[in-house]
Amino acid sequence: MQLSSSGLSSPGPARRTLLRGVGGAVALGAGFPLLSACGGSGTASDPKTVTVGSNASDAVPKKAFADIYAAYKKKSGITVDVNTKDHNTFQEQINSYLQGTPDDVFHWFAGYRMQFFAAKGLATPIDDVWKSIGDNFPVAMKVLSQSEDGKYYFVPLYTYPWAIFYRKSVFKQYGYEVPATWDDFVALCGQMKKDGLVPIAFGDKDAWPAMGTFDQINFRANGYDFHVELMAGRASWTDAKVRKTFDLWTEILPFHQEGAVGRTWQDAAQTLASKKAGMYLLGTFVAQQFTDKAALDDLDFFAFPEINSAYGQETVEAPTDGFMLSKAPKNKAGAVKLLEYLGTPEAEALYLKSDPSVVAASRTADTSSYTPLQKKAYDMIAGAKSLTQFMDRDSRPDFTSTVMQPALQKFIRDPKGVDSLLSSIERQKKTIFTAS
Amino acid sequence: MTVTGNTGTGTGTGITSTPAATNPTPPPSGHSETTWAKGRGEQVPQGHRRLLTHRDRLTLGLMAGLPTILHIALVWVTALASIALAFTTWDGIGFDSIKWVGLDNFRELFTNNPQFWPAVQHNVIWLAVLILVPMPLGMFLAVQLDKKIRFSRVYQTAFFLPVVMSFAVIGFVWQLVYNPDTGLINSLIGANKPGHYIDWIGDPDLNLWAVLVAASWRHTGYLMILYLAGLKGVDPALREASALDGANEWQTFKNVIFPTLRPTNTIVLVVTIIEALRAFDLVFVFNKGAEGTELLSILVTNNIIGESSRIGYGSAIAVVLLLISLAVIIPYLVATFRKERRS
Repeated sequence: MQLSSSGLSSPGPARRTLLRGVGGAVALGAGFPLLSACGGSGTASDPKTVTVGSNASDAVPKKAFADIYAAYKKKSGITVDVNTKDHNTFQEQINSYLQGTPDDVFHWFAGYRMQFFAAKGLATPIDDVWKSIGDNFPVAMKVLSQSEDGKYYFVPLYTYPWAIFYRKSVFKQYGYEVPATWDDFVALCGQMKKDGLVPIAFGDKDAWPAMGTFDQINFRANGYDFHVELMAGRASWTDAKVRKTFDLWTEILPFHQEGAVGRTWQDAAQTLASKKAGMYLLGTFVAQQFTDKAALDDLDFFAFPEINSAYGQETVEAPTDGFMLSKAPKNKAGAVKLLEYLGTPEAEALYLKSDPSVVAASRTADTSSYTPLQKKAYDMIAGAKSLTQFMDRDSRPDFTSTVMQPALQKFIRDPKGVDSLLSSIERQKKTIFTAS
Repeated sequence: MTVTGNTGTGTGTGITSTPAATNPTPPPSGHSETTWAKGRGEQVPQGHRRLLTHRDRLTLGLMAGLPTILHIALVWVTALASIALAFTTWDGIGFDSIKWVGLDNFRELFTNNPQFWPAVQHNVIWLAVLILVPMPLGMFLAVQLDKKIRFSRVYQTAFFLPVVMSFAVIGFVWQLVYNPDTGLINSLIGANKPGHYIDWIGDPDLNLWAVLVAASWRHTGYLMILYLAGLKGVDPALREASALDGANEWQTFKNVIFPTLRPTNTIVLVVTIIEALRAFDLVFVFNKGAEGTELLSILVTNNIIGESSRIGYGSAIAVVLLLISLAVIIPYLVATFRKERRS
């Protein structure tokens, strides 16, 4: 479950979400009729109401979205009826939810995962929406919102880059410098270890954080195009390029925090917050764990160092969240209007006011109230040549959750067995990608 | 064993009398007060007269029919559908995407899935540990508590407390104990520093045993109560007699008490087997079946639940779990039926 909450900011008490996840699993076991029954709310035939299926179950995003919908009602007179489900449960049930009686508009992720449901005919194209909002978005976001058929299916709202986080005061205290190249980075790790710090904080209990490390090393070493090929199942996992990625990873693995498979990302973030660790590779949502204002101001980040000068630091991993239109919305006209509103700088600004751990997907959004961290994240994305989503958002989720998550956990514990691991991944990949 | 035979006929008469009992309107003319009384007492041959009215039949039909339909739809159809799906691939979107692949899923499972054989092994270990640890321990605790020692109620409550909690909650509680950075054990023994670090949750050589401690902790309390109930049923005269014969405490237990606990032992064994086969929630909460704690039930869930599910493949794993369950249950059922037939 929560099978692949990967790359997603799902803050808050993981225990509770998990418990609800278990509840969701039970509900799923009870069969399809029950599931579709909890989908639509039934009041949607009313032209003054649009229903929205939401996975924003955590307090901060939930309030942020409620603010947007309240403002929209004031503006248009259309009521937004939100059907919020636990973040992970929403993801687990999305399949049957979209086949049943889904809400008019639903929260989802950009890229491959959006394309998957678009290709299955479970979403309505929204080219007309993009006619009015298109100018608000940079080219990279437009590409992320299109399916393979060239039609638009997605309205992006916010995004967040992955980078290496550190405490400014720690770097100052020991006289560290931000490493620009791989060799500098390895040297810095060694120095930190000598200074009694854990060089790289790491927690992979939820099995997705390790995917972020893999992505960074892979596209720095082999470039964006190879990342796409590999994730789409076209490149082989036994390719020398993949082997190279794992070799580089093996080089820095001794500098990672011990016992990563038993630790959540929240606990790993605490080692950075308590200055026991020097660096931490994660999405900007790591800031949510810095509840102390002074510590938050002390937090900074840099892009993953360059490995191959041919690719430099041109690629940025930036998962993007937004909205899609379900296959047969009951109030299509109202839903289209709502999506047009959600693509405006106004809606973005309202969201960011309540949730400052992410940045706007739109290029016209007002960035004047951004924190220094947000400004830096925004610049990093704006300056990127290509944006990746995340391993499980750029590839088939069934492949990443059933094959890659356990495989990477195995690698972290036993990096020597990488050859047999890679051929096992390749064999499993073939069956999954040829199955459907 | 003759008792079981009697219960059979007992339920039989129960059924015939129930519709009449639930029917508030007086029975039609043919059935006078006398039939009522007779019906309740011993069965008097009714000759060719119809025992059941139209209404009775309808009630009976509904009472027997509805559960049957529900049972068939929810148990048999789903089970058979899942077996059929094990020979297909299906992503769960629309029925037209179901593709027949024969034995491919099983071939893939047996040869290509690095988690499958560990999962089978862990399920077997789980069963063995639950039989070897909580069963003797539960019996031991029950025997001690049966001696009417002081604060017996307090101990009973303490041992039984984990049983009233769900496994999900137990998973959270034990995570707090096992958390490698801030958990109780590592904080006490100082094993949360680099260099000497014990990763109870992440280390595949440790985590299964860590979870099994939690599982046994709960199961022991459950079995203790079952054994305690069994011991309360032992005739005090037997103890007295063995005391008069000069048997010591161990001899009394071995030769007198333990043999009378036979029915309890059967129940305990069945309960334990069921518990071991359905092991899921504790591990799912603990670490989602990461390396070292893979279980078949978790593999099924991981493959079936999700945004683009491998329903065929997951069903194939479920079929394997079903076969293992049958392999354990069928010998038991055969033995039980054979005993019944003999008596």
